[in-house]
Amino acid sequence: MNTKTLMYIVKRLLLAILTVWLVITITFFVMHAVPGGPFVGEKAVTETVRKAMEAKYGLDKPVISQYFTYLSDIVTKFDFGPSLKQRGRSVVSIIFDGMKTSSMIGIVAAFIALIFGVVLGSVAALRRNKVIDRVIMVITTAFVSMPSFIMGTLLLTVFAVKLNLLPANGAAQNGLILPIVTLSLYPMAYITRLTRSSMLDVLGQDYIRTAKAKGVSRTKIIFGHALKNSLIPVITYFGPMLAYIVTGSLVVEQIFAVPGIGRAFVNSITGRDYPLVMGTTIILAVLIVVMNLVGDIMYKIVDPRITLE
Amino acid sequence: MENKPFSTQVCLDDFIPATDEEKEYMVSMRPSSTFFKDGIKRLKKNKIAVISFFIIVIITLAAIFAPMFWPYSYDQMLGVNPGQPVDNSFLNLAPFEYGQSEIARMEAGESVVPHIFGTDSQGRDYFIRVVYGTRISLAVGFFASIIVLLIGLAVGSVSGYAGGKVDLIIMRIVDIIYSLPDMLMVILLASVLKMVLDNALEGTVLSKIGSNILSLFIVFGLLYWVSMARLIRGQILSLKEQEYVLAARAAGAGGKWVIFKHLIPNCFSVIIISTALQIPSAIFTESYLSFLGLGVNAPMPSLGSLASDALNGLSSYPSRLVIPAVVISLIVLSLNLFGDGLRDAFDPKLNS
Repeated sequence: MNTKTLMYIVKRLLLAILTVWLVITITFFVMHAVPGGPFVGEKAVTETVRKAMEAKYGLDKPVISQYFTYLSDIVTKFDFGPSLKQRGRSVVSIIFDGMKTSSMIGIVAAFIALIFGVVLGSVAALRRNKVIDRVIMVITTAFVSMPSFIMGTLLLTVFAVKLNLLPANGAAQNGLILPIVTLSLYPMAYITRLTRSSMLDVLGQDYIRTAKAKGVSRTKIIFGHALKNSLIPVITYFGPMLAYIVTGSLVVEQIFAVPGIGRAFVNSITGRDYPLVMGTTIILAVLIVVMNLVGDIMYKIVDPRITLE
Repeated sequence: MENKPFSTQVCLDDFIPATDEEKEYMVSMRPSSTFFKDGIKRLKKNKIAVISFFIIVIITLAAIFAPMFWPYSYDQMLGVNPGQPVDNSFLNLAPFEYGQSEIARMEAGESVVPHIFGTDSQGRDYFIRVVYGTRISLAVGFFASIIVLLIGLAVGSVSGYAGGKVDLIIMRIVDIIYSLPDMLMVILLASVLKMVLDNALEGTVLSKIGSNILSLFIVFGLLYWVSMARLIRGQILSLKEQEYVLAARAAGAGGKWVIFKHLIPNCFSVIIISTALQIPSAIFTESYLSFLGLGVNAPMPSLGSLASDALNGLSSYPSRLVIPAVVISLIVLSLNLFGDGLRDAFDPKLNS
């Protein structure tokens, strides 16, 4: 690693920190711009009770001082405050509970997408313009155009309602199969297309021809030369894939009633649980920003041809 | 005059002026073709793009004109008539079934327009709701893309043309917005704007459009212009080094003239292509938000909210989910394929 790479990493790191701070700030002030405050709409709360509750949650102080308290609590204690609706639970504990299920689904879906995507993409590239290539391309085009909630509901209709093969509820046994499949289809289709085009690009390179001319076996060319190099662009998809899985999980968890962080987020929005909305937004945003960072840096390190700006 | 062999004497017959037919025969020039005509020609050869184009046109025309002659409206509960008890036979009809009063009318010899897709749980004709939902989704996609285009074009062209510090500052802002997780911000802003706008809009004309659609537009205007701005900046940066820009400058042209007369027309194909590809992504976002309950206000339907409503009665009425799902996928798929076709046909980079 030379100084240029280091400089790039430092620059990206600073941008990432700035982004996270911006997310926290935007989330905080946007949530405080909501008219009425969190206790409006609850059943007949008297003025004194409301005042007492606002004092308890620190909502009676000026917004700026609330902001700095919130920020310093996050940085120093990793504390996002208590949930307003689920009494007695802190936002952090709700998020961690949700994360257990959600991260499992997300990681498995990412691996499935990666493995199937690379295999299908390579097959399509090696059998270019044959029937199997056409079939793979048609199917992946369809998957790429289908929003995750449509995919999810269609899978639910077919496998849970019509065929009754798998449970519709994510909390049941084997209930996570359908959500995982739903989440993995889009990134799988995307990786397939990415691998196919970059594999085709690599197969046209001179060093592949040289290897063929030397008499290297086909298997060795594919696995030793072509595949390794054609996987480089897939690394760039690392960050976007995670972002997709995170946002996709919001609806997928809703559809299949999976007790994860996505469902907690959506419910907190409809239930106006402000600290929980802010907490989940920030945690998910940090996740996406960090993964984007890791993906970009890995890409620059793996491919030495890339010039660093 | 007799021609002697080996003589250098010229034959005068060879110098007779050619007739018009002879002239025409010799001309081997094709009619001149513009870049645009070339692109259309290439686009026409792309069967997938042409088919997608026709699907888009058919869906758009249906969404615009079908409500005009369809006898039911999207919010009309068919079983509810003023002064009469509610007729429950209209609720949850399967496709091509009729309510009791309609059966009576048909037996009396009247013709009744069938409920092609049945009715929903409140007795509303489902076909017209899907058509209306399509209309909303298409309109949102179109206008959101226009907003993105205008902001991106303005910022990108100024940034690319001005260069220097202005460019640096704008690009840092773009970088930061670009690295924000867009979907999360969209959901957050949409949910908050919904509450803020609901009060502000009460009683105005805009309340019909609904606070959610407006907040969707605001969100698009705030967040989604960045990639368009980046793209246009890149184009302008490379174009402004061209000789004809230098020539225009030397002739005394100002910045405004150069941007509007030379630079923007030359990045037109890139602009059109990315706008075409922006529409499906806007439709996608709208349906996603509607699905989460942050979309259009009831009783107005959108494809996403129809799909979301259908989830409750999924086991009994799966067709109510499948229909809007198919329509969304069809729209997004054909717009994407058409956009790809446009890119293949009009992107000059691929030709070189």
